[in-house]
Amino acid sequence: MATTTLGRRGNAAPVPARSPRRRRGLVALLFLSPWLVGFGLFFAYPLLATVYFSFQRYDLFSLEPVGLLNYRYFLRDEAAWTAIRNTLWLVAVMVPLRVAFGLGVAQLITRLKAGAGFFRTVFYLPSLVPLVAGTLGFVYLLNPASGPVAAALSALGLPSPDWFGDPAWAKPGLTLLALWSVGDLMVIFLAALLDVPKQLYEAAALDGAGAWQQFAHVTLPVIRPVLMFAAVTGVIQTLQYFTQAMVAARVASGGTDSAGTVFVPGYPDQSTLTFPEWLFHQGFRDFAMGYACVLALILFAVSMVFTLILLRQFRGIEEEA
Amino acid sequence: MKPRPKLAAAALAVVAALATPAVSACTAGTENAPAKPQSGSTPDRTPVTITMWHGFVADNELKAFDDALAGFHRQYPWITVTTTKAVQDDQIIQASRGGNPPDVALSFTTDSVATFCKTGIFQDLEPYMAASKVQESLFPKVIAEYTQYKGRRCVMPMLADTYGLYYNKKLMKGAQPPKTLSELAALTKKLTVRDSKGDIKVAGFVPSSQMYENAPIHTGTMVGAKWTNPDGTSAIGGDPAWKKLMTWQKDLVDWFGYDKLEKFRKSFGDEWSADNPFMKGQVAMAIDGEWRNAMIASDASGLDYGTAPVPVADDRPDLYGGGFIAGTVIGIPRGAKHAQAAWDLVRYLTTDTDALVTLSNALRNVPSTLPALQSPKLDKDPNFQTFLDIFASPASSTLPAHINSAFNQQTLQEAQIKWESGRGDDLDALLADVDKKIDDKLKLTAGG
Repeated sequence: MATTTLGRRGNAAPVPARSPRRRRGLVALLFLSPWLVGFGLFFAYPLLATVYFSFQRYDLFSLEPVGLLNYRYFLRDEAAWTAIRNTLWLVAVMVPLRVAFGLGVAQLITRLKAGAGFFRTVFYLPSLVPLVAGTLGFVYLLNPASGPVAAALSALGLPSPDWFGDPAWAKPGLTLLALWSVGDLMVIFLAALLDVPKQLYEAAALDGAGAWQQFAHVTLPVIRPVLMFAAVTGVIQTLQYFTQAMVAARVASGGTDSAGTVFVPGYPDQSTLTFPEWLFHQGFRDFAMGYACVLALILFAVSMVFTLILLRQFRGIEEEA
Repeated sequence: MKPRPKLAAAALAVVAALATPAVSACTAGTENAPAKPQSGSTPDRTPVTITMWHGFVADNELKAFDDALAGFHRQYPWITVTTTKAVQDDQIIQASRGGNPPDVALSFTTDSVATFCKTGIFQDLEPYMAASKVQESLFPKVIAEYTQYKGRRCVMPMLADTYGLYYNKKLMKGAQPPKTLSELAALTKKLTVRDSKGDIKVAGFVPSSQMYENAPIHTGTMVGAKWTNPDGTSAIGGDPAWKKLMTWQKDLVDWFGYDKLEKFRKSFGDEWSADNPFMKGQVAMAIDGEWRNAMIASDASGLDYGTAPVPVADDRPDLYGGGFIAGTVIGIPRGAKHAQAAWDLVRYLTTDTDALVTLSNALRNVPSTLPALQSPKLDKDPNFQTFLDIFASPASSTLPAHINSAFNQQTLQEAQIKWESGRGDDLDALLADVDKKIDDKLKLTAGG
């Protein structure tokens, strides 16, 4: 649509008018602008800057172009690869165990005739404990010399492993810690389980289905979207696993913060070294910020791949439903 | 839906416009060129307030430091100092990068000195020293190694730490402190007490590198071990002294049994509390810094103990009497608003004999200038005197400033833990790997 107006000499000249479509576009842009600003400032710009810095030697003060040096260093940085293996171990073991344990606890609580509220609270409370405090408590509980777990095992005549001092036991120790604080998942599963229509169980029971068959053929299909949500968020959280590993290693090593002594990340033998922890050390202890950017980009790419795979699965489930 | 290129372009333009200030904010720090230092002190006596960040936390430390600052204010009444306590190096770095640093900053570790000097986080102090006629000869030679990097002195020493051997006279049962590693091993075996299950009740000495102050940076001086070559590359694998030290440690760890020793070590209380195993009588001998004297006086005053230099390799008697030296450093960050007044404070805290003696007497750290060491006002007792002697010994050494100081120490310590635990059985291969990692990291961070 166009309107006409008179020119200086009185000639009619076509002037483009603001079309409703264009106006709608501008209005949409206006409404989108808060998101666009956030996206630009907190995602697009940091991502582009990270890519740029990954080709620089950057100590937070000076920049020096170094081409692919940071990327080549990554290929031969054994600690980074150890950190990748550790992080994948946690994703492969800790996430499924947390989902299974959270679901199991929720399932048991739904079966309770009395005291469900008490047990729900008991299992949920650990997830409210600050990460550092929870980890400190766990390292103390599992201390092979003075911890109550070692004392109990000793009373039973059983040996106690040096949980956070033995590379073979350190990651299982962290997994125990993660299972202890499974309350966040348990609450979500509990809500999902209580949402499963009762008549489905009744119909299954009439068909002669036992408890396991009811769980496999009624409960699981209905709560699959919730399970997938737990898996996606669990994987993303575990790819960023940092605090518990850092605190456990620091306390178990007995390392002091005195001048002249350094913390050995991933103690013992880098068995608890996670990828974000190594990234942090490169950037903020060694000031190899360019290299830290390479690690950050790898973490970003891996997180994206995991998320896309899981979301594709999730979409498939939704379509089935 | 059809794409709308104009709309997308407009959206991108908005994002770009908003991102621009953020991009410009992320340039490499602010560069406030230091003012040309005036001769001596502040040129005029206009009242000025300067800011200082330090890491002191404990009440006795804060009081001692406030006393020292009061002494400064008496000499420089026109300069008022406001302090911020419990500050770590990363806060100093971030503040300098953000262009809002304090006028004076103090660091407890020398690990960051190379970064401070190389990046210019702290200003070059040579012009100030020249203008004030502060002579290098005021300080023991070893201090120069940890207060400058590649010829650029950006921090000054304010008090020093030295490391020696503490021994519990009662547990020693009349034995004299060992002077060689062989004597230390023999005495350790003699003094160790186990229960019926073989668990350790009292250890003569805990040889593990994981023991509180047994880090390689402190024990390397026992064998005269070298960390780096002049070009910054690793000297560890090529220096037989490290192999000698680690073999000695492993033999003694094996005598205890690694698992037994770890179980014993993990029964210890906090190093910085009254539960320290030496103060509780769980170990007869321990390597520690001079500050332990003050802690024993405060929390275990009944402990009958003595101090001596650390034992040394049997074939290096020339090293006896020395030990590891490091200390607190202080400087003027880039961008300091009152650099000249800041220098007055730095100069006072690092060269004024009375200030250093006051701090030393209160904190029981070693004063870092030669005149302060000789001051009659310095409180001396035999146990503290040991550390003064170690500080003055030509056999003492430090870890020279290195751009990857923390990484280098971490890499060697990881190899030590693997070795003494038995999880790595080829010492040559472990040390060669340490060299490779340190050299690779040097190429990454410094292009060396």
